Amino acid sequence: MTASPDSPAIYKTDDLIASDIDAYLDVHQHKSLLRFITCGSVDDGKSTLIGRLLYDSKMIFEDQLATLESDSKRMGTQGQEIDFALLVDGLAAEREQGITIDVAYRFFATEKRKFIVADCPGHEQYTRNMVTGASTADLAVILIDARKGVLVQTRRHSYLAKLLGIRNIVLAVNKMDLIDYDQAKYEAIVTEYSQFAASIGINEFTPMPISGFKGDNITDTSVNTPWYTGMPLMAHLETVVLDNEADQTKPLRMAVQWVNRPNLDFRGFCGQIATGTVHPGDAIRVLPSGKTSTISKIVTMDGELEEAVAGQSVTLCFEDEIDCSRGDVIVAADNPPEVSDQFESTIVWMADDALIPGRAYWLKLGTQMVSATVQAPKYTVNVNSMEHMAAKTLELNAIGVAEISTDKPIVFAPYAENHALGGFILIDKISNATVAAGMLHFSLRRAQNVHWQATDVSREAHAMLKNQKPKILWFTGLSGSGKSTIANEVEKALHLMNRHTFLLDGDNVRHGLNKDLGFTETDRIENIRRVGEVAKLMADAGLIVLTAFISPFRAERDMVRAMLPEGEFVEIFVDTPLEIAEARDVKGLYKKARAGQLKNFTGIDSPYEPPENPDIRVNTVEMSPAEAAEHIVRQLMPLK
Amino acid sequence: MTRTLTHLERLEAEAIQIMREVVAEAEKPVMLYSVGKDSAVMLHLARKAFYPSPPPFPLLHVDTTWKFKAMYALREKAARDAGMELIIHQNAEAIERGINPFDHGSLHTDMWKTQGLKQALDKYGFDVAFGGARRDEEKSRAKERIFSFRTATHGWDPKNQRPELWNLYNARKAKSESIRVFPISNWTELDIWQYIHLENIEIVPLYFSAPRPTVTRDGMLLMVDDERFPLKDGEVPVERSVRFRTLGCYPLTGAVESTAKTLPEVIQEMLLTTTSERQGRAIDHDQTASMEKKKQEGYF
Repeated sequence: MTASPDSPAIYKTDDLIASDIDAYLDVHQHKSLLRFITCGSVDDGKSTLIGRLLYDSKMIFEDQLATLESDSKRMGTQGQEIDFALLVDGLAAEREQGITIDVAYRFFATEKRKFIVADCPGHEQYTRNMVTGASTADLAVILIDARKGVLVQTRRHSYLAKLLGIRNIVLAVNKMDLIDYDQAKYEAIVTEYSQFAASIGINEFTPMPISGFKGDNITDTSVNTPWYTGMPLMAHLETVVLDNEADQTKPLRMAVQWVNRPNLDFRGFCGQIATGTVHPGDAIRVLPSGKTSTISKIVTMDGELEEAVAGQSVTLCFEDEIDCSRGDVIVAADNPPEVSDQFESTIVWMADDALIPGRAYWLKLGTQMVSATVQAPKYTVNVNSMEHMAAKTLELNAIGVAEISTDKPIVFAPYAENHALGGFILIDKISNATVAAGMLHFSLRRAQNVHWQATDVSREAHAMLKNQKPKILWFTGLSGSGKSTIANEVEKALHLMNRHTFLLDGDNVRHGLNKDLGFTETDRIENIRRVGEVAKLMADAGLIVLTAFISPFRAERDMVRAMLPEGEFVEIFVDTPLEIAEARDVKGLYKKARAGQLKNFTGIDSPYEPPENPDIRVNTVEMSPAEAAEHIVRQLMPLK
Repeated sequence: MTRTLTHLERLEAEAIQIMREVVAEAEKPVMLYSVGKDSAVMLHLARKAFYPSPPPFPLLHVDTTWKFKAMYALREKAARDAGMELIIHQNAEAIERGINPFDHGSLHTDMWKTQGLKQALDKYGFDVAFGGARRDEEKSRAKERIFSFRTATHGWDPKNQRPELWNLYNARKAKSESIRVFPISNWTELDIWQYIHLENIEIVPLYFSAPRPTVTRDGMLLMVDDERFPLKDGEVPVERSVRFRTLGCYPLTGAVESTAKTLPEVIQEMLLTTTSERQGRAIDHDQTASMEKKKQEGYF
């Protein structure tokens, strides 16, 4: 960091305003924007600092100043001097009324930058407030009272700033005037803080000795701290690197907000670029479908653009007519993000009603809105001590790490890499309240990096060529009920009718694809999941698939049903009472199970959940296998 | 190579993102349009957000019949240029009772604006209304959300507002509830003027200085815009070179003496001036935190 003690206070621009307004406007039209958050309690002089920044950047009008001066005399805490805190503490009345104030936003500007300050008052609601304010901040000013040093709240503020991914931390050691600008005391505070900061992963921060009340090191380098070689606060705020610029160097990500279709000749995809840059001719991919195309043009009312960068709201057009709608994400074709439906996340609970693990909430991430359930947290974090604590739920202002699953895959990136694709809110489905904010860390699925490869010959085309409607005939029933026998008869009948079929048999699959699986509940579920996926691929190929598996659990049969288009999953219950199946005991398995030689045998020491409303039911006590097959085929007609 | 977006580019991108979210998630949105400079910026942003389509919602002017003539003149043109439908609503009861700013004080604002707005939203069934309020206008607005929820009776319950994180807005609501959305929350008065200058946006000429007939009332310079202005005995309108920093009902809007005839001159005066924007509005002077009270009643 370079010192600039001699540079003039360039943000005092009155002269240019009066002498050359056009030049002034030109300068100010090229300002950038920094959003930051101030963290500290009333005692740390936070309001005074913000008031000072507003005052020193000439954002206070005469009428406001007159009010301020009279208020300062009447109720200020600084004697006859101006109490800057009164400029921003206009919320006292509301506090008395018990109104929740979460974040107040203040604005000021210098020649180089416009600033939006998120000011979060309140103690009880602090976590919720600060997380809200920090979510949009490039920088956090963490205030410390020089007389008190690093306090519990300093740790809390720093942890939350780190949690929300704020890269620029300013440690403002305030009220230096009250410790006589003592360098040794200042350095002791900085040393203590840096040890703590490193322990929570903050490896870099910018310390500075200031006095918001006296104005030391706010706009000018103070004569009271000749030993301080860094920049004054305002100069630091004016020069720190913006998140937006860092975002531009990342791969392209843009969530589609709205499809612009004024007529048949125009189809544009509207959104704000989260990261990266985009040009006409760039190869893109639309997730989650995986379809690729090329950017044909970037449309704005001011004309087509040669380039658009992170932060801009644009309308993109493609060379090809590919499906793309709200909730999809347009990404760099050669560098796509992950798609998954199960994640580890950190969740900040913001509602009075606690989290109910397992309940479905709406999850909004970018423009994706899905149904999601949160598991009981692995632990919660005590924001004062950073301790991990066991918890069954998340209460208001609690921060916890928990697994979250969504009802369909979403496009995401770890929050640390991409705030737009990693930050989400949870919405209560009944009250519609925003109950939590969260950050996704990583996918819990192994297939997370495999992308859906879009193919040109669709499942409809496959089916059409075969002149049939794909189906999965899912035979379920006890071991020995006759599933394989009947399924075999059905396949023979369909084959004679020139239908393209394939029979997946439980025993056969366990010889190959699933030979690594046993018969525990977990393995049985995985067995069915794999068979379901294989059957789905075959149905995608246009086949009529017959599967003969015990598939004892309703939930897994429903899972396979949910993978397929409506009507393609046909659940066939081969209904044979246990005593009949056991009496048949074709493979001698019941005997072994009864003898304790086979564990987890369905019907003996593992449950069978019969279908409640099977699409087709055959009673093997009353029907022979051939009759049962005939009954099934009749029920399936027509097959086209 | 990175490019530093200017503060105006970022504010514009944010406002457009907000407008698109509303259009994607709302059933029947509308944009409140008052013909003032903030409305002019809002309309311009809406055109940019949906170009080449026209903005997919109508404009709603809650008219009090007491706006400046010059505002009425620009109103239709602005809507036509944008290719948008313009809905004008006047409170029938206020018309019938002859409610006016001279005789009825704050009842005028309540009936024409507050009640008028509620009537219009109910009549057309709009579920989301864009407004041009900014957080820098008044201390109590500093904490206002961008999406502000209203009950079925348009009440604003400060305890029942939602946290807003990142750029994620929760627009879900019950059938009867509605939302006011403020896409230019983070703009300051200077941002508005600079943007108008940069984008060459047409605004009502009243913002520029010209000789206008005025009288002084309660320390405010009022323009005698039409014959309805009741002059007191011996009161003669004086031609003064004045302009307006904000525009509302002409009998309630104070002018400032000025020589600024161009936008840069207006901005110059604004930067050198030492009083805040809302000082020229009688509405804020009624009582402390009057804005807050009006908001709870459903003013905007």
